[in-house]
Amino acid sequence: MPTVSMTVNGKAVSAEVEARTLLVQFLRDKLSLTGTHVGCDTSQCGACVVHVDGKSVKSCTMLAAQAEGAKVATIEGLANGTEMHPMQAAFKEHHGLQCGFCTPGMVMSALDLVKHNPSPSEHDVREWLEGNICRCTGYHNIVKAITAGAAAMRR
Amino acid sequence: MADTGIGASVRRKEDFRFLTGRGTYTDDINRPNQAHAYFLRSPHAHAKIKSIDVAAAKKAPGVVSILTGADIVADKVGSLICGWVVKDKQGNPHKAPAHPPLAKDTVRYVGDHVAVVIAETLPQARDAAELIKVDYQVLPAVVDPARALDPGAAQVHAEAPKNLCYDWEIGDKAATEAAFKSAHHVTKLDLINNRLIPNAMEPRAAIGEYDPAYESYTCYSTSQNPHVLRLILCAFVLGVPEHKMRVVAPDVGGGFGSKIYCYAEETVCTWAARKVGRPVKWTAERGESFLSDAHGRDHVTHAELAMDKDGKFLGLKVDTIANMGSYLSTFATCVPTYLYATLLAGQYTTPAIYCEVKAVFTTTAPVDAYRGAGRPEAAYLIERLVETAARELKIDPAELRRRNFIKPHQFPYQTPVALQYDSGNYERTLDEALKLIDYKGFPARKAESAKRGKLRGIGLSAYVEACGIAPSAVVGSLGAGVGLWESGHIRFDPTGSVRIFTGSHSHGQGHETTNAQIVSDLLGVPIDKIEVVHGDTDRVPFGMGTYGSRSAAVGGSAIFKAADKIIAKGKKIAAHLLEAAEQDIEHAHGVFKVKGTDKQKTIGEIAFAAYVPHNYPAGLEPGLDETAFYDPANFTYPAGVHIGEVEIDRDTGVVTVVNWAAVDDFGTVINPMVVEGQVHGGIAQGIGQALLENAVYDKETGQLLTGSFMDYCMPRADDLPSFKIGMTHTPCPHNPLGVKGCGEAGAIAAPPALMNAVTDALGVRHMEMPASPARVWQVLQKTAKAAE
Ligand code: FES
Ligand code: FES
Repeated sequence: MPTVSMTVNGKAVSAEVEARTLLVQFLRDKLSLTGTHVGCDTSQCGACVVHVDGKSVKSCTMLAAQAEGAKVATIEGLANGTEMHPMQAAFKEHHGLQCGFCTPGMVMSALDLVKHNPSPSEHDVREWLEGNICRCTGYHNIVKAITAGAAAMRR
Repeated sequence: MADTGIGASVRRKEDFRFLTGRGTYTDDINRPNQAHAYFLRSPHAHAKIKSIDVAAAKKAPGVVSILTGADIVADKVGSLICGWVVKDKQGNPHKAPAHPPLAKDTVRYVGDHVAVVIAETLPQARDAAELIKVDYQVLPAVVDPARALDPGAAQVHAEAPKNLCYDWEIGDKAATEAAFKSAHHVTKLDLINNRLIPNAMEPRAAIGEYDPAYESYTCYSTSQNPHVLRLILCAFVLGVPEHKMRVVAPDVGGGFGSKIYCYAEETVCTWAARKVGRPVKWTAERGESFLSDAHGRDHVTHAELAMDKDGKFLGLKVDTIANMGSYLSTFATCVPTYLYATLLAGQYTTPAIYCEVKAVFTTTAPVDAYRGAGRPEAAYLIERLVETAARELKIDPAELRRRNFIKPHQFPYQTPVALQYDSGNYERTLDEALKLIDYKGFPARKAESAKRGKLRGIGLSAYVEACGIAPSAVVGSLGAGVGLWESGHIRFDPTGSVRIFTGSHSHGQGHETTNAQIVSDLLGVPIDKIEVVHGDTDRVPFGMGTYGSRSAAVGGSAIFKAADKIIAKGKKIAAHLLEAAEQDIEHAHGVFKVKGTDKQKTIGEIAFAAYVPHNYPAGLEPGLDETAFYDPANFTYPAGVHIGEVEIDRDTGVVTVVNWAAVDDFGTVINPMVVEGQVHGGIAQGIGQALLENAVYDKETGQLLTGSFMDYCMPRADDLPSFKIGMTHTPCPHNPLGVKGCGEAGAIAAPPALMNAVTDALGVRHMEMPASPARVWQVLQKTAKAAE
């Protein structure tokens, strides 16, 4: 079995995996980083979004081997101890999550949006979230949270 | 205390763990030495299994065991049950064909369970499953409920001739016929309530485990009601004593009804764990969720409304065919009967109602309760009918509703279809909603849209639902196999911190916060010193779980009752410590005071005294730890008005929801932020049903054509607007909190409001859901042709 090595949340990791192992399986099964979720099998739902070399990526759509040498960031790496990242804090403040299953993907996706567009409008947020499905919130509060989170990050 | 008590928008206690990726969903759990299960599913809608050859698969790398229907028979594993007996017109119980967890000799829907492969790894299990050879004799499929009763339709079960599960009725047929005879006007409508796939974002999952030392099982499962699952697994399917089974439903990623039921997969994993001597884990792929989660809705209905010359409703006649799918899921039978037809009065004083329901088997996935469960089907029918009547009579639709509303002074109101509504003020919610949407300004907005070449429409829906299921004696008399009370347990620690144990289950509803608010308010405990425990049959008292918007109304009331017991005991302890008579102690928010003095003890001091009873009332038990069970006196009846406004693009047929106002009356509200969130989510699912979602089976082959997120259109952020939310508060008079329940409102209210708006914009009498661009475009072409 091939060995893959990468940096995940700032830590160098490496493990033997079957060649067909997806990045999300590597994170969940090999590294026990279960904050990244799997909600579908057709690259549609975005529950699995992580950052690879600074870009948001659906980790169900990428082989672990393709992330060889990359810098990967997952939801677990965002908070500083008990202090949440401003985007996480905005999700809590604006009730942008219910069951929490889509949430890690939503937050990681939102951070990539803010990187491209530091002051997104409601319309911008709704368009950007095309690849993230939430069944609980009706998106209303997710949109509020992301615009507020973006504003907090500008400060 | 107001900042964390009842009525405060407390930020959720559970959010930190979800936001930092530290939730524990079933698939996040791995047990030592676990093996992985993969289910081989039927590729056919209907077939005889002539033979199954597992020889090659058994030799594949990593395979631990392969089990089939023959093993189910050999081990005498029971049938998956339906827990609600509906009696037909003659008083006979519904037809209940066996539902084996692995098919014995016949498969009845695409996705039906044929075999399970258990292997060291999931890829090995999946690879081995490909080597199983099944010889099928393919039989004809029947998928459309309207065709299931046809002579010559494929027969799904020998026990159910003509595919009829039951032919049921409610209401006074003669009185309704008489009302129609005297009518000035009758409005008729044929409608389909489209079939939906719940699609909670977390796919179902299960881990079965067996401990030979204690001869006991553990089942980790994505369940909305762990005790009910345990009861079914033990008493009906596996024949295990209940004290030898623990069910854990940890963090669950949404349910919407689909995780109420006892499914084949958790049954098989639990049974197999003992057989193979290892924990057995299964997690659904989304494709499996589409195929095998219980679907929702799927009604075909003809309805007629009789009115006098002023538009007063005189009678309502309804004839419905409801699809049960291939087998009866856990509560399937009650959905199109007691959760549907009993709501047909809506918000109106219609004096005579008669409804017939034929439930039919088809070669499709089982159909059961999905967010709203029967009530969306009722509201859709009533509100489409009322809107159509208003158009035919040329009465403003808001005005026609107002004329027929049950008035505030008429509560409690006995409807002609069994239910007695407890309280409400329907005109007030209507007035608020009209204000919120600026109803008067609609013509100007329509004109403005027209200038841009768009068609604009507005649609109302005034719904009522029955929540907080329910008085056990009532549901028992209607056929429920269980009681529907709830348990609540409050445990103080010596240092004043509190745990609340509840039999309800949170899978997104925020119970860890709202239940804590109840106790924080009543007993004056800071909210960060309270923890809510749920979802583990070994930790919480027996409870009935979460569905039907019951957790606050029934579960919250049980916690309220337990707090009452804490207060009663606290008074005794305080009286002793303060050297006063018990009747002189008054309590408010955790402070026990001697009336008219400033002598007092706090709940923290009381808790300490109860656990360190050095100076303590003689004869009183130590400890501060109380359990209550609450069985409600009636259902609760949340109601409201939703108004939707749409704009339609003539060229593309795309419907855009441009404005949405929802005013709901949920009685007392514990956490407005959480309640609004529930409303948002419900509206999104309702708009999803009306505009986007549709489960389609191929009529010939019975293949599910909408089996992935690529084919089944889920509402996404750019399909929806932000919503305007208002609330009125008519407290529920019969539970101690005054709460009514809010979880399903949006899903009930939204589809008729939306379809009323769409048909208004298009100027057509009716079109079926979902109003997809293709369908709307076709309607536009037809109306354009007719105008030529
Ligand atoms: S799991 Fe990756 S997009 Fe759904
Ligand atoms: S919060 Fe449940 S899916 Fe988004």
